[in-house]
Amino acid sequence: METFLNLVSEHREMIYFVALSIFVGIEVIGSVPTVLHTPLMSGANAIHGVVIVGAIYVMINVDPENILALILGFLAVLLGTLNVVGGFVVTDRMLEMFKKK
Amino acid sequence: MKHNLLEICYLIGSITFIVGLKMMGNAKTARKGNLIAAVGMTIAIVGTIFLHDNEVSGLVYGLIFGAIALGTVIGWFTAKKVQMTKMPELVSMFNGMGGACAALISIIEYNHLQHTMHNPIVGAAIVLSDSMDKLYGVLIAIIAGLIIGTVSFSGSIIAYLKLNGTMAKPIRIPSYNIINTMFMIGVLAFGTYIVFTGGNSTLLYLLFAAAILYGILFTIPIGGADMPVVISLLNSFTGLAAAFGGFLYDNKVMLTGGILVGSAGTLLTLVMCKAMNRPLSNVIFGAFGGGTTSTDSGDQTKGSIKDVNVSDLAILLNYSKKVVIVPGYGLAVAQAQHIIHELELLLEERGVEVKYAIHPVAGRMPGHMNVLLAESNVSYDKLVEMDDINPEFDQTDVVLIVGANDVVNPAAKSDPSSPIYGMPILEVDHAKNIVVNKRSMNAGYAGIDNLLFYNPKCSMFFGDAKKALTNLVAEIKML
Repeated sequence: METFLNLVSEHREMIYFVALSIFVGIEVIGSVPTVLHTPLMSGANAIHGVVIVGAIYVMINVDPENILALILGFLAVLLGTLNVVGGFVVTDRMLEMFKKK
Repeated sequence: MKHNLLEICYLIGSITFIVGLKMMGNAKTARKGNLIAAVGMTIAIVGTIFLHDNEVSGLVYGLIFGAIALGTVIGWFTAKKVQMTKMPELVSMFNGMGGACAALISIIEYNHLQHTMHNPIVGAAIVLSDSMDKLYGVLIAIIAGLIIGTVSFSGSIIAYLKLNGTMAKPIRIPSYNIINTMFMIGVLAFGTYIVFTGGNSTLLYLLFAAAILYGILFTIPIGGADMPVVISLLNSFTGLAAAFGGFLYDNKVMLTGGILVGSAGTLLTLVMCKAMNRPLSNVIFGAFGGGTTSTDSGDQTKGSIKDVNVSDLAILLNYSKKVVIVPGYGLAVAQAQHIIHELELLLEERGVEVKYAIHPVAGRMPGHMNVLLAESNVSYDKLVEMDDINPEFDQTDVVLIVGANDVVNPAAKSDPSSPIYGMPILEVDHAKNIVVNKRSMNAGYAGIDNLLFYNPKCSMFFGDAKKALTNLVAEIKML
């Protein structure tokens, strides 16, 4: 119990941050027309590609002697890039079609 | 200095994500919103690579840039080349990549942590000091990121296989609900065990394997028609996994991006479920289409099915005042979006008013039909949403249904035993004539019979959508 409380108190800023972000997320999506659901899902998909930042961070702090970590880190950056680049480009392609003629 | 600059990069990143996502909620600003979020992402990534004080060897930089270059080329070309019909499965695939990325980060960090802990001096210092609490926090973030990221990864791959038809039918092992739930509890318990005991690398890989298996078990019983909901759910899972990464590194941009997608994705999932009028639990746990349905219970005579040939249909359409086209996934599969637009233009030329009725879940994703038809330059305002088009069917001469089935199935209104009962449908039976283009009499994706086809007003125009419509256009041109 004490461990848990310490954990909460240690990360209280983070917890506030999370709580507020959740509301922002809900607020931002509210009342979106159905036609935009797919592009929106795809756009959100690209945004969670931000996980690549973590992958790069891992690589920057990795011990260059640790081959396994290097390989896994390389893969993580690669997969993260696919998520980001692919995600944004696909979304752009979808939205390109909604252009006014 | 560098550190402060990096924080600013992350702040910019976070704000662009929020603003970008907000702008994507409006058709006019959506494209710009996507671009803004992409710029913010680039700033965050470039900042992470350069703004730090670590000594980083050329090899590591080489690997980072190599991975980014490779990922950019592959991601860019796949996304540019893919056909519009394949869009949903591609989104699913990219989502899985993000999940896998989060899982890999967790594995590396765990091994790193093990290494530190087993160093006699550092390890003892950690155990003795009060940073033990901190260690729990780190372990929770690592384990949660691993489980959620992995489930999202394997689940997305299954969703991908289901959408591209490799694994079309839902696979259900007996009492899969109980097994899945037990398995989920098992995985969570296993994860908790590792958090509390510290575990070891072997256990972590076992957990990784178990999470992969759970992702598969979670997704395989769900029918293809429900895949959009599943992808949206897995999308928010990956968001959550990214957020745990943010926890781990106290990284605000990962937190904002992750939580934002996590909450927005969950809401989007619920909105989609609402459009199908089914609770989320029903999608995940409920049998749909696999079970036996009682639609053909003997007391109801179905009547017979009428065929219509291409020349009669051409005449019918040509001399109508108002035609409403109902597109479905069959249209996407047959790649008939261009020819249907040609038909629309031709009829408009002849003075027929043509509109498209878009059901919220037509196709494999909400908005799928809009994207597909927009590709062939169908004007945005010709696409009418369900609630707006339903009152118009009374004045419609012909409803042309191309490759849609469940979204026009009257059983949703009349048959409480039907699995789609309660789903709002396009009320096409109010129109004077109904023409259904289908390849065969096979049931729709939900796997249930459609009584609409036996309606006396309804006639069937069999054939592959693209071929059949091409013949139809040629026939009308000759009139």
